[in-house]
Amino acid sequence: MNPLGVISQLLAIIVALALAPLLTGWVNQWRAWLQNKSAPSLLQQYRMLHKLFNKDSVVAVHASPFFRIAPYIIFGCMTLACAIIPMLSTDLPLASAADAIALVGLFALARVFISLAAMDVGTAFGNLGARREMLIGFLAEPALLMVLFTAALISNSTSLTSIVDTLGGRELAIFPSLAFAGVAFTMVSLAENARVPVDNPATHLELTMIHEALILEYSGRHLALVEWAASLKLFAYSCIGLALFIPWGMADAQAPVALLLALPVLILKLAVGGVLLAVLETVSAKMRIFRVPEFLCTAFLLAVIAMLVHILLGA
Amino acid sequence: MNALFDCTHLNGVLAVAVAWLVIGVAGVCAMRRVELVPRILLPAGSVFGVALFAIAAHALFAPAEAAVLPIGLPGLPFHFRLDGLSAFFLMVIGGAAAGVSAFAAGYLRKVEGEMPPGLVGLQYHVFLASMVLVVLADDAYAFMVMWETMALSSFFLVIVNHRIEENRRAGYLYLLIAHIGAIGILLCFGVLQANTGDYTFANMRVQEHTPFWASMAFLLALFGFGAKAGLLPLHVWLPEAHPAAPSPVSALMSGVMLKTAIYGFLRITFDLLHVHLWWWGLLLLGIGLITGLFGIVFAAVQVDMKRLLAYSSIENIGLIFAAIGLSVLFSSFGMTPMAALALTAALYHVVIHAFFKSLLFVSTGAVLHATSQRSLGKLGGLIRYMPWVAWICLIGVLTSAGLPPLSGFVSEWLLLQGFLFTPELPSSFLNMLIPISAALVALIAALAGYTMVKFFGIIFLGQPREEQLAHVHDAGRWERAGMIWLACGCVLLGLLPAQFIQFIDPVTRQLTGAGLGSTVAANGWLLIPVAAERASYGPIIFLAGVAASFALAFLLVRKLYHGRLRRSAPWDCGFPWLTPRMQDTAEGFGQPIRQIFESLFRVERQLPTPFDAQPRYRVSIGDHFWYWLYLPVAHVTERMARLIGLMQQGRISVYLLYSFVTLIALLVWVTR
Repeated sequence: MNPLGVISQLLAIIVALALAPLLTGWVNQWRAWLQNKSAPSLLQQYRMLHKLFNKDSVVAVHASPFFRIAPYIIFGCMTLACAIIPMLSTDLPLASAADAIALVGLFALARVFISLAAMDVGTAFGNLGARREMLIGFLAEPALLMVLFTAALISNSTSLTSIVDTLGGRELAIFPSLAFAGVAFTMVSLAENARVPVDNPATHLELTMIHEALILEYSGRHLALVEWAASLKLFAYSCIGLALFIPWGMADAQAPVALLLALPVLILKLAVGGVLLAVLETVSAKMRIFRVPEFLCTAFLLAVIAMLVHILLGA
Repeated sequence: MNALFDCTHLNGVLAVAVAWLVIGVAGVCAMRRVELVPRILLPAGSVFGVALFAIAAHALFAPAEAAVLPIGLPGLPFHFRLDGLSAFFLMVIGGAAAGVSAFAAGYLRKVEGEMPPGLVGLQYHVFLASMVLVVLADDAYAFMVMWETMALSSFFLVIVNHRIEENRRAGYLYLLIAHIGAIGILLCFGVLQANTGDYTFANMRVQEHTPFWASMAFLLALFGFGAKAGLLPLHVWLPEAHPAAPSPVSALMSGVMLKTAIYGFLRITFDLLHVHLWWWGLLLLGIGLITGLFGIVFAAVQVDMKRLLAYSSIENIGLIFAAIGLSVLFSSFGMTPMAALALTAALYHVVIHAFFKSLLFVSTGAVLHATSQRSLGKLGGLIRYMPWVAWICLIGVLTSAGLPPLSGFVSEWLLLQGFLFTPELPSSFLNMLIPISAALVALIAALAGYTMVKFFGIIFLGQPREEQLAHVHDAGRWERAGMIWLACGCVLLGLLPAQFIQFIDPVTRQLTGAGLGSTVAANGWLLIPVAAERASYGPIIFLAGVAASFALAFLLVRKLYHGRLRRSAPWDCGFPWLTPRMQDTAEGFGQPIRQIFESLFRVERQLPTPFDAQPRYRVSIGDHFWYWLYLPVAHVTERMARLIGLMQQGRISVYLLYSFVTLIALLVWVTR
């Protein structure tokens, strides 16, 4: 374990924790602009977290300890997820502990915990949210795994750092398998991060919400942690997307200067990605919950096609 | 060959089996003393389980031992042999039995069964001992005797509460399918001995078979052991028999007995048969994955907690068979390291399923005890009244859902790694099929998460759906001890995969000629099956990462802000009249699955009309196989029996006429 690796690892975690709310704020701002609304400040997410941490946590009388532990576990999962995804550099000591499959498992762990926590208080909305979240989860998870498998087959490795090294080392060209995988990945990310057309992060319309229904009973510091974890999740997904499909500009092991250069590149890529996400959300309409399986099955099939294309054409 | 009283591994294992038999008989001798079985005999049985686990773990690394015991028929002694494969499965039996027996010691103390505890104890211990001897058997005769003993003793355990008609029906179905399967196994041994008349495994091992006869043996073994394991379409007995049996018995049947079928199948496919044809692997993979998907989809819509677990067992068996299929596929193309990787995944899943499924079944036992409810729709909120059971069960649930860093994830991870090697197979047809199989495995694993959230959330979380649930008691000391032992298995197998694979290594070396042991051992705490740049997984670092950010977040929030907490009524969007009836029922939680996979089920709905005074909504979910396969077969059998019954006149003169006609016919045929 080299000192530069430790530094880049710590830097990755700090950057993720610090920038994740900013990314959410950036997407919200752009969405408001695109929808002709007056946008909240870019720092609104930080203010909200600060306010929530200051408030008392109000917990239902009969909530079990599970309800209070879950936000910390979800937060821990998302932090680890951001730590193992190559965003600035591919020299990450923690990445050897968890490969692409374990990353999917990590997201699944967080999902199971948040769903169980939502069921803990025993409200109608909590149960509804849990059921829908698990529904989306079981459809999105295989699709995400297939996207990662396509990348893994190209690079002969499931380790995220090796995948990014291989993909980043190839010449600039459009690979059909990755094109399919990219579309599938975008669809999965929309679903997993509770975005339009699957869910609407801005809504509290009772019958259509998924993510908001899950966290309805949380308040104060618990809510702050869950919200922070949600922005970390968006950040993590964006970084996986960037790492798989636009891996250029990332530092490799032996270059401290590249590490410094990688940060502005990452911010630039995320800024563009955030705008695209806002555009995508603005131009699409939310779909009925039972259209979601079709949407995600399409993603799943596209990912499988990506894999077959790779096997058949070797590209 | 060993002398009978030498201090060998085999004698140790046989001693454990005999000890279990003695314990069983002791319970019958003191039938009137109700306290004896739970207080003394079951804890003793549990200790012997630990002993078996230890002996078998030690025997794994020792050379094979054999013995001939002059019991059985004259001139036809029992052959026993303890090699790597049997030692591995003995570990599974011992490990799970130790936990389940300890749980049963607490459980049987309170349950008022119709069968006296002495008899239950006898059947229970005969069941345990017969499983040990099945795994040890080294000739077809001993194997079949033990196999049947196992089936019969478990049959009696299934019908412990035999006054309930449903249970008798379940027992009958179980016995029937067990015997149809046994016929397949018997015929398979018949093929394997290749007209030599010598039914020892040693003889079968040296026989060379043509591809046709090898395939026949393989298919018969698949049929016979598939019936015991619950492969499609012979799975129907599991969801009937598991709910009928007492919970510790369900735990043993699901966690351990199904594994003896896996053992038998591995013994025949990998040890007694040498050739592997590629289509065997494809067949296994296909049946395994279909079974897995079918099992988990049905599990997700169940409303009875033990039926849910029974279907989940079908799913797990499916995954194990899929992994074995992948291994056969690799080995048929001579890719032994990959065959070893897939087989390691299968064996890993065998062990963890034994632990987590036993844990989940005994948890349902504890819940059943406290609430006398098996229906999910009448439970809820038990984490507040039964914290021990709930938190330990959570470990089993997370393992079953295949989540890191627990052990369920390790086998899933290994299996998926195995699939990623399939592009190296020299057949483009297979190359294309296999990614779709990997996609199915991912889907099955994700659905398992859904099902387990339903299982845990509805039983233990939320508000109690019935009044009396607020007065339930937690598990007793023995029950907790048993559950903790099983939960420790789930956690340790998850955190120390690199260490545990050393125990699988001798088995895969014996069966496929390669093992992961040396690769894995070179990398210490990280699990690296092939090469570091290819894939690695470090559960301890993983856990440490999550735990560290958990702890830092916890401390920093308290340090920088505060830890104040206020209790209040639930918010629920400001709705003030919240009742427990507003929570999701088990049907409600499974509804999306029912809708998405509608064509897999046979759904019967009874909707209320607007004029009903007491509107009732009923929905029942049936299995297509009943209507497509079992009922037609039963119908045909019944009709044939009725036709044959016409010959039975009950008058001696008619029977004499039959004899006479037969005699004439034979004379004509002989003199022709």
